[in-house]
Amino acid sequence: MSLTNEIIKQRLQEKFPDQVTAFEEPYGMLTFEAPKNHNLKVLQFLFDDGELRFQFLTDLCAVHYPDQPGRELAVVYHLHNLIDNVRIRFKVFTDIASPDVYTATSLYSTANWMERETFDFYGVNFVGHPNLKRILNVDEMDYFPLRKEFPLEDQTRRDKDDEMFGRGGSIN
Amino acid sequence: MSELTHPHIKLPEGSIEKQTSTLNLGPTHPATHGVFQNILELDGERIVSAEQTVGYIHRAFEKLAERRPLYQITTLTDRLNYCSSPINNMGWHMTCEKLLKVKTPKRVDYLRIIIMELARVSDHLICNSIVGVDTGALSVFLYVMQYRELIYEIYEEICGSRLTTNIGRIGGFERNFNNTAFTKLEKFMAEYPKVLKEFETLLTRNRIFMERTIGAGPINAERALNYGFTGPNLRAAGVDYDVRVHSPYSSYEDFDFQIPIGKTGDCYDRFLVRNLEMWESLSIIDQAYKKVQEFKGTEAEVFHADIPEYYLPEKKDVYTKMEALIYHFKIVMGETEIPAGEVYHSVEGGNGELGFYLISDGGRTPYRLHFRRPCFIYYQAYSEITKGSMLSDAIVTLSSLNVIAGEMDA
Repeated sequence: MSLTNEIIKQRLQEKFPDQVTAFEEPYGMLTFEAPKNHNLKVLQFLFDDGELRFQFLTDLCAVHYPDQPGRELAVVYHLHNLIDNVRIRFKVFTDIASPDVYTATSLYSTANWMERETFDFYGVNFVGHPNLKRILNVDEMDYFPLRKEFPLEDQTRRDKDDEMFGRGGSIN
Repeated sequence: MSELTHPHIKLPEGSIEKQTSTLNLGPTHPATHGVFQNILELDGERIVSAEQTVGYIHRAFEKLAERRPLYQITTLTDRLNYCSSPINNMGWHMTCEKLLKVKTPKRVDYLRIIIMELARVSDHLICNSIVGVDTGALSVFLYVMQYRELIYEIYEEICGSRLTTNIGRIGGFERNFNNTAFTKLEKFMAEYPKVLKEFETLLTRNRIFMERTIGAGPINAERALNYGFTGPNLRAAGVDYDVRVHSPYSSYEDFDFQIPIGKTGDCYDRFLVRNLEMWESLSIIDQAYKKVQEFKGTEAEVFHADIPEYYLPEKKDVYTKMEALIYHFKIVMGETEIPAGEVYHSVEGGNGELGFYLISDGGRTPYRLHFRRPCFIYYQAYSEITKGSMLSDAIVTLSSLNVIAGEMDA
């Protein structure tokens, strides 16, 4: 019997009746979320359960939603059951003031660098991570560049004098 | 501390402070084949520990993508794995098409497959011949370069560029393949199998090569999966996971091909798996080309899907038709709204599952775009798989993992 989104949803609701919520299926991929202090429990269950077997962490990243107070940062896990070939997406939301989320490194070795990258760009503090430091940016950096409060340069700005870059020096 | 880690080293008390030596391999070193650093702790020639430092060529692609309309992001994907940029380009187009719910014509799918498999051949060819270079066989690398050149000439004929290809558009290709492209493809298909055979003859049973690679940098299937390995590196460890088969895209389900797997996950198995994959790719190209030739008349003129909102109209229409002019303007100025949605799409890249996680909030640019870069993910296993091995094995392991700095650092 192949594993369907319905079965996964049912199994999760049995195990975590109140915690796992917001089931959706955008473009066919089952998506759900859980409170941030439950992320490891849910991941562990998905990993260990004999039927679900989501033992491959495809991807881990964060998204910043500045307009959702208390839920500004989302950590998104893409999990893959390679035996039944089913993918799911699992989200954990956290507030930006104390972005502490438990690390998944004990389950997946691959989460190590993925979490470091997420920390590097969004400042998500993965509690229990063995080596949580910046990975792609310089160690001295004191901000998290992929957050939305750092917009890329406005193409129409007029206060710069860099003729060489096509904006013309004589605008002002 | 040192007595615990190196019980065999017996030195008089206080004779020297440190009993191991530190070696910086990289960031720029001929053996790293890219800009990244390994800080090796060596006991003689044996590696006690390795620490990788990456990020020297980080270019903030994910941030840049948040300010660009979809079609301008293609050029960012070029610069990920630059040994097989067409696969990245196609992967990105397909992600957009999935978000926009666009169905591409079969002919486009087959043409894309030809290009993607050519890119796979060129990627594997470079990787495997570099393994040759690192084991002391430089001539093989120089010899096969001229056949990669044939592949690049085909790209040139189709999109005008060679390395950072920016090939194709959302919905299809920018123009139909011309006859020269097909002639060049035929020439490549006629000449290359013989060269690949020669390439294999030079290395596969070469005693020096075998002794340098067998048992070097091995990883078992369980660890490889836990480390998120994909692509040839995972298959060399014995897991038959291939995105082309597990989640077929671009009509890969219409093709008949094998997934070669290895057993030990060492450098030699990785080499063999890549070689066998090249043969499979050639077979796929052959099948795809036959399918392309079956399209006759107007069907043979189809090279893109009919999506005027996203596909740049032909120049002569822009000059003569109002509608085309409007679409042209809106696309070029990036004023097309993208439907809101959240999509993950992955393709089998040169070195593993290349994924695109795209979130759109209904604006003109992605709200968030994340690249799942296979290199970045499996390179973290490097310190584990080289621990306790000789320095020379670590060098071969590095090239055999096919770590591409551009992809790793995004």
